[in-house]
Amino acid sequence: MTPLLTVSNLSRDFTKSLDMVAKLLNRLGQNYREEVVHAVDDVSFSVFKGEIVGVVGESGCGKSTLGRMVAGILRPTNGQVSFDVTQAKNTDIPNALRTQMIFQDPFSSLNPRKRVIDIITEAPIHHKLIAPSEKRAFATEMLQRVGLDPDTLQRYPHQFSGGQRQRVGIARALAVSPEFLVCDESIAALDVSIQAQIINLFVDLKDKFDLTYLFISHDISVIEHISDRVIVMYLGRIVETAPIETFIKQPNHPYTQALLAGVPRLEVGKRQYEPISGEIPSPLSPPTGCHFHPRCKFATARCKAEKPALREIAPAHFSACHLNDEA
Amino acid sequence: MDPILQIKDLQTHFFTKAGVLKAVDGVSLEIGAGEIVGLVGESGSGKSITGFSIMGLVDAPGRIVGGQILFKGQDLAKLSPAEMQAYRGNRIAMIFQDPMMTLNPVLRIETQMVETILSHDGSVSKIDARARARDALGLVGISSPDERLRAYPHQFSGGMRQRVSIAIAMLNRPDLIIADEPTTALDVTIQGQVIHEMQRLCQETKTALLWITHDLAVVAGIAERICVMYAGRVVEQGPNANVIAAPMHPYTTGLLGSVPGQNRRGQPLQQIEGMVPSLMNLPTGCAFQNRCNLVSDICSSTNPDATSTKDGRLVRCHNIAAGDSA
Repeated sequence: MTPLLTVSNLSRDFTKSLDMVAKLLNRLGQNYREEVVHAVDDVSFSVFKGEIVGVVGESGCGKSTLGRMVAGILRPTNGQVSFDVTQAKNTDIPNALRTQMIFQDPFSSLNPRKRVIDIITEAPIHHKLIAPSEKRAFATEMLQRVGLDPDTLQRYPHQFSGGQRQRVGIARALAVSPEFLVCDESIAALDVSIQAQIINLFVDLKDKFDLTYLFISHDISVIEHISDRVIVMYLGRIVETAPIETFIKQPNHPYTQALLAGVPRLEVGKRQYEPISGEIPSPLSPPTGCHFHPRCKFATARCKAEKPALREIAPAHFSACHLNDEA
Repeated sequence: MDPILQIKDLQTHFFTKAGVLKAVDGVSLEIGAGEIVGLVGESGSGKSITGFSIMGLVDAPGRIVGGQILFKGQDLAKLSPAEMQAYRGNRIAMIFQDPMMTLNPVLRIETQMVETILSHDGSVSKIDARARARDALGLVGISSPDERLRAYPHQFSGGMRQRVSIAIAMLNRPDLIIADEPTTALDVTIQGQVIHEMQRLCQETKTALLWITHDLAVVAGIAERICVMYAGRVVEQGPNANVIAAPMHPYTTGLLGSVPGQNRRGQPLQQIEGMVPSLMNLPTGCAFQNRCNLVSDICSSTNPDATSTKDGRLVRCHNIAAGDSA
């Protein structure tokens, strides 16, 4: 089976260029360098049709940058994202529309000065997927798909609650009949009971419209609930990818294990928390070798010196850890 | 043993032009020494305002209009602002969600910590106060506290800043700490570290802790007792294990059912239909009636009183009869 989406050797750097003072001082013999952050560092993976692939990681691990590159709204420094058009159900749609993104903050991702009907129909009209005369009927159908009352067509975003606004964002993404949705922390800003409604909506839509998801979240409980496969990122690199059962039961990388141990769980009940040592290092000066070695209790001299490669340790289970070589 | 804090029928209302907003409407709870109580609710349930009311931090147009906040027998609601000042930051401390907002960005950590000590006890010398500040930083797991004392808040990471606010809260060895979403802005591994420190400090110093959060999974891991708030009222409170394992109020049941996790893979999450009603025009009767699946006629006419159950819970629901157990 060929994957629907293939990401190969994708990297993205952000460079802070030198300011005037630094440039002047450099002429006078100082040595100021440009600061470079490797937000995403040589990442490769693939997503199959109908899959929900979860991306987890803590702040600064590059998961949002990765999502933006996959959605095509940020250009990679290196590498590429390729979409297998032969598997697409709709051949007459521009390729750029096949991947859509749903953002975290439903307050800032909708234009406050546009009515819902215009927010939803802007893209399909622009790309001539629908005629302007069909606008009303089309928007009504989209709103019904995401469980909103079509009477709200003429409203502005501020007249909705957070959960409803997120539904509008989803309707906007669905309006161009995409095949692939990138959800970047799409439920993080919502209350627990509303969050459940939106998660259920994502699952329903997937079944109804044959969607494939890249689901980015820092919330491991959400990822465990929704994903088929999980990608764990740490400081710009993938440290482990595994099918969900393996991820839950036999996490391989020490970082994944630490992450899972720290998740508060209802099932576990009252317990004594055991902290992982250390902080997330600054992405400006990541540790050498394996990025996780300063916090890892198994770290050896090799971990400091050499970057571990992402290797297949079991079918479909990849991990980037030197410990796997010894076993 | 007497509880450290005993809230009886607290009512905090906001008098706005559009009408009276009953943010907290009859909340009762108590916390003993060294005990952790979780106060859980969604946005607008009044959980934060309950915390602010205890601290005397409710601003106009809000006002405490009824009930008692007994702190070691003293009613805080009756104290003058000056008298309250003597308690705040001294006997009772608060930790907020965003440490960047609560630390003064233009003062060194040292200045802020020493000030906290000296403003409550003028007899301490500056040198002693500094030593105490350094010890407090060490206590919350900040390495090289001597150097860190000289730093400004922006030089700390989010997790470190939250540790500094915990250290400041602990400085005067308070009897009660109110923590309002203290780990919500933090990453999972850092959240684990902060929870670990708080648990340890409570056990070692016998400080009572009111942990306010929307995250049921966090309080399920640390609290002895859990209070669930909805629309300004505590709808269910009781021992942690009982509430989590066998919730009795339909709202608690719904809330627990909507938490995603590995055990619910492949099944849809239980939804609570609809939204939290506006506090401006709550329906007569039970505030949860329009979202409840056990609703009956009495729910729309009478607001349920708290009923105590066999296993030591208080539940506000007409479906629960006195002496019931789950």
